[in-house]
Amino acid sequence: MATATRRTRPRRLSIWAFYIAPLILLLLVSYFIPLLGVFSWSVTEPELGVSQYLRVMTDPGIHSILLRTLRICALTAVFSVFLAYLLAWHWVYGPPLRRKIIAFAVLVPFWISVLIRAFGWLALLRPQGIINSTLTDVGLISDPLPLVRNELGVIIGMVHFMTPFAVFPLVSVMRQVDLRILQAASGLGARAFRRFFEIFLPLTLPGIIGAFFIVFVFALGFFITPAILGGGRVVMIAEYIYTQMSQTANWGLGAALATTLLGFVLLMTWIVSRFVDFERLAK
Amino acid sequence: MTAKDSDLVTPPAGPEGTVQIEVKDITKRFGEFTALERVNLQIRRGEFLTLLGPSGSGKSTFLNILAGFDFATEGQLVMGGKDLTFTPPEDRNFGMVFQGYALFPHLTVEQNIAFPLRVRKIRADEQKRRVAEVVRRVGLEDHARKYPRQLSGGQQQRVALARALIFSPALLLLDEPFSALDKNLREQLQFEVKRIHREFGSTFVFVTHDQSEALSMSDRVAIFDGGRVQQIGTPEQVYDAPGTEFVAKFLGQLNLFPVTGQQHGPAGVSGLFEGNLLRAAGGKPGFSKIGIRPEHATLYDAEPPQAQNRVAVALRGTAYHGASVLVDLVTTGDQRADVVLQMNAAEWAARFAQTTAPLWIGWPPEKSLILA
Repeated sequence: MATATRRTRPRRLSIWAFYIAPLILLLLVSYFIPLLGVFSWSVTEPELGVSQYLRVMTDPGIHSILLRTLRICALTAVFSVFLAYLLAWHWVYGPPLRRKIIAFAVLVPFWISVLIRAFGWLALLRPQGIINSTLTDVGLISDPLPLVRNELGVIIGMVHFMTPFAVFPLVSVMRQVDLRILQAASGLGARAFRRFFEIFLPLTLPGIIGAFFIVFVFALGFFITPAILGGGRVVMIAEYIYTQMSQTANWGLGAALATTLLGFVLLMTWIVSRFVDFERLAK
Repeated sequence: MTAKDSDLVTPPAGPEGTVQIEVKDITKRFGEFTALERVNLQIRRGEFLTLLGPSGSGKSTFLNILAGFDFATEGQLVMGGKDLTFTPPEDRNFGMVFQGYALFPHLTVEQNIAFPLRVRKIRADEQKRRVAEVVRRVGLEDHARKYPRQLSGGQQQRVALARALIFSPALLLLDEPFSALDKNLREQLQFEVKRIHREFGSTFVFVTHDQSEALSMSDRVAIFDGGRVQQIGTPEQVYDAPGTEFVAKFLGQLNLFPVTGQQHGPAGVSGLFEGNLLRAAGGKPGFSKIGIRPEHATLYDAEPPQAQNRVAVALRGTAYHGASVLVDLVTTGDQRADVVLQMNAAEWAARFAQTTAPLWIGWPPEKSLILA
């Protein structure tokens, strides 16, 4: 034992020095120190104290932005997870060709810039866009439908962006389902409807919670998509923070909002981690 | 309360031993590959039938067709005059115990066992009563509220059996339930499955690749190979009178002697091996080999009595197995056939370990196996 420890100690040290330490250093320099800076602004700008946090808590304008952000993110997460569940199902259990098509369709969006995607949706959804002009030409509608420059447009764009991210944890959880358990259920007399709602859905619930959480948290920071597809009318918290910081130079308020948002995300991570084993979602 | 006066056990409709399921010419093809070819057999009410065969023999395909997880390409399954061939599993009313048990991990023991009753929309108080009774009968009272992952392998098997038997299924299918377990636990669970079979009185169809498991547990054994049923019969029948060389070798070790000059007489058959006359009771047209199980032959250090079949052998080695010894021998004539013999370890040590005398093996003709 003694020789083993002596022999492994230098190796452990080198693993530390070469592999782990740089990561910690990177996290410190690129995240922790800037975050400390942001936090210090929130309690020092324009003067020392918690006045900015008091404003976050009392300003009805900020409240309505926060509420809208939570609403849009929750709706985005619901729709994305629903779509992703269907995609993941066919990805895992579909015939080979369908699997390939879905894998391709899920991966391709990662290569297309978020800006291009947002403008693509704008082209489709705007009053003179393809959808409205087609519907008008066919005679189904006389006035264009308000599909964009509102919350609907923002949610459409965000669901499109987020669905692939929700697919991965769901695929991972579905792959871990033992199909014999479903066979057992059918052997015991359960039909497809009951097999799904009483067996498959509960077994994949950790993936659903995980995917919902990933989409929701990711969506909280959305900035470009709401700015383009909301047409300036659907301001979400990230855009508002940006405005405070870079246009009105109200650094203290922006920093206080950012810190509040970060605290909220950490709290949610802690709550979700009590129900879901994150490592299972990454297998 | 015994099984007989409990309402959990619906005695199978019709007297025990009569045909419950008729399997007619079941064939299964996967593209070019024929997994099952014209399987014909009858499953009798209340019996413990084992489907035995090596992997790839078609036994699991056949079980899947019985259960309804897969459908036959040709042929028919008939139960009580009703065609079952394309009935989906949920409508067959068969219980099933899977390899690894396939318990519902998100449900407690009680909820697992109650699942088939819930599916059948049994009243809640009735469900509760029946679950409590089954839980007691399989000895899981202290674990009813636990989840499957909190149970030992043996306890999980009891949950799987209870869940599969609580709705009084017409048939219980067991798909290699022991194959993932260690030897001691396996033996213990074999006894338990037998006990539950006796107590519940249902028909059990059990799949395994383990011949000792098949011989020790079954009322009848069906031996599968190459997608066909090679032989079906009681354990004694298939072990002592195997129909083919494959069956004989799959069920246990066997010494085989190719013979010439075959004779058929009223007392049995005979043939010559290395100049020795080997006799066997019974008859079989076109036989070419006479065999003997290692435990039925005796080792001699002098020529055996006339009444025995006799072959001169030389010693090659031994393998010690505690109570018994496996003796590795070879015939001394021109055929140089391998012979394995099983004998008492103490007798080996006392009589043969040091001997330099010429050795013989001998066995009574009625113990001979006649093979094509």
